[in-house]
Amino acid sequence: MPALNPEIRRKIESYLPRYPSKQAVTLPALHIVHDEMRCVSNAAIEEIAEMLDLAPAEVQDTMSFYEFFHTEEAPMGKTRLWVCRSLACALRGGDELLSHLCRKLNVQPGDTTADGKITLEFAECLGACEGAPAVMIDDEHEHNVTPEAAEKIVERLRTPLAG
Amino acid sequence: MAEFEPVLLRRVGKVDSAALSTYRADGGYRALTKALNEMSPAQVVELVKDSGLRGRGGAGFPCGVKWTFLPKDHPGPIYLCVNADESEPCTFNNRILMEDDPHQVLEGILLACYATRASTAYLYLRYEYGRAYRVLQSAIDELYAANLLGKNILGKDFHLDVYLHRGAAAYICGEETGLIESLEGKRGWPRIKPPFPAVEGAFRKPTVVNNIETLACVTHIIDRGSAWFKSIGVPPDPKNPRDAGSYGPKLYCISGHVNKPCCVELPLGVTVRELVEKYGGGVWKGRKAKGCIPGGISMGIMTESEFDTPLDFNGPGRVGCLGLGTAAVTIFDDQTSIVDVLYNICRFFAHESCGQCTPCREGTGWMFKIMERFRRGQGRIEDLQILEEVGKSIGIMPGTTICGLADGAGWPVKNAVAKFRLELEEFIKKGVQSESALPLAMAN
Ligand SMILES: Cc1cc2nc3c(=O)[nH]c(=O)nc-3n(C[C@H](O)[C@H](O)[C@H](O)COP(=O)(O)O)c2cc1C
Ligand code: SF4
Ligand code: FES
Repeated sequence: MPALNPEIRRKIESYLPRYPSKQAVTLPALHIVHDEMRCVSNAAIEEIAEMLDLAPAEVQDTMSFYEFFHTEEAPMGKTRLWVCRSLACALRGGDELLSHLCRKLNVQPGDTTADGKITLEFAECLGACEGAPAVMIDDEHEHNVTPEAAEKIVERLRTPLAG
Repeated sequence: MAEFEPVLLRRVGKVDSAALSTYRADGGYRALTKALNEMSPAQVVELVKDSGLRGRGGAGFPCGVKWTFLPKDHPGPIYLCVNADESEPCTFNNRILMEDDPHQVLEGILLACYATRASTAYLYLRYEYGRAYRVLQSAIDELYAANLLGKNILGKDFHLDVYLHRGAAAYICGEETGLIESLEGKRGWPRIKPPFPAVEGAFRKPTVVNNIETLACVTHIIDRGSAWFKSIGVPPDPKNPRDAGSYGPKLYCISGHVNKPCCVELPLGVTVRELVEKYGGGVWKGRKAKGCIPGGISMGIMTESEFDTPLDFNGPGRVGCLGLGTAAVTIFDDQTSIVDVLYNICRFFAHESCGQCTPCREGTGWMFKIMERFRRGQGRIEDLQILEEVGKSIGIMPGTTICGLADGAGWPVKNAVAKFRLELEEFIKKGVQSESALPLAMAN
């Protein structure tokens, strides 16, 4: 069975007319696959490469440049929770917030909780410095995240109703 | 001085500010209509050149002049790459423009493409701006539906497609050629220049790279004229024939230890002190400031005694900083250890160096390791000299690297050693561990 279902393939193909080269669809394709499958597996890399007339190594090369994409050995959990550690946040408790969340979730940055719900990661400046310390839930910012606010976020992400 | 009436932020916070209908009701796309009906592309370039608009992305290159570097009579295609990677720490002004007034930015993109004869614009957006992504995409959809994008815009022989291209959390993709490589589907490794993008950029074609705020300014320059733009800000220094001036409004980000972190729009040339006192609500907890980073962390460090420096394109340089940068000011108070500030900054660059150039890859790594040692109480006085030497020797300016990340990595280190030497020496002599909590996890 192919790694990429027809829906994912169709989405990737819809990007082709936008660019004069197929290779330019690499990053959009990686995003589409990663969003849907929570990682980009080796089989997916091969299929992306085939769709874009590339060698799998070329897709792999690009993908590994960005620490953003998870491999099948360590797929992302349901939600990615990023904690900013750059200067404006660090001055207002960003590092402590990350430590707090590590303890609370019993993980190291980059790891996923045992229930598979949350992948905790550090981030460099999220561009939300007026709300330091800031975190991001997938790709939406949360401002002024006190340890208490962080616990609420964790609770919310862990309830089965959270979609 | 009378209160400055915001231009770029004038619609931010209004109801439905992101919608085409409200933007039009506020006079939006008037500049585009004027340009398409009354001006040739060359006239648009000329007007922007005459306004003195300088790039807001960090380098401050005159925008209109950059556009004239495109080859004449090129058969095309020509591309515009809109730089919305905004990853310089402590900077968030582009985000506000995109989230709250996307059409102002898109109008600038349309005008820039008309002027440069670009037929496709790729807006390279940092992944972290998910909200901006969704807001911009619906604004773009509205434009296609209104025939303001696509073929024969406003019935003219002007065709344009705008595509959003999401990044993947790598600072270096904000460097213009790193951006282009990333757009092409490769690793975001900056290219050796020349050739400059204007000659050979995206997909080996002539390409203009402009920042979001720069393009938002273009909208207003076409609408209100270059004389209006030049009535704001700081004229060139008559004693310096190479000074292009610091005209126009600027978005200043204020963060760190102030009571009211925010983004404000002011004429170029406001001082750090004014920003802190008047707009940032003063230093928090009734404390005094120890210093700040004046324009993103790449621009170096200012001490409190330098806070009367005007933040225009020349001011920061007069106190040894690298430049205006992104005009993002982050204050740290007098109880903050300079070691912690420097540690944080060095960690960022060690993490974000793309690794192509050995001096940058190794140099940022060394500087970070030295700062780690300081925090563990294992610093040595001679480390200060090593820091200074590494800081001085990595970058485009000393000629050892491909891109400016390394200059930005070295600058705060050089500044700190020069300006806070006593504090650093004392810290080393005491041999104490930094008071602030070391993060449990030191993943790097
Ligand atoms: C390491 C590095 C990172 C950069 N990041 C950005 C960025 O995030 N956004 C930006 O507009 N310019 C960034 N720049 C500057 C761009 O290379 C380029 O000068 C700019 O996008 C040109 O647009 P402008 O002339 O409108 O300012 C960066 C430069 C360097 C060296
Ligand atoms: S200076 Fe640093 S970031 Fe820039 S290309 Fe060289 S290694 Fe990469
Ligand atoms: S420093 Fe944390 S969001 Fe900018």
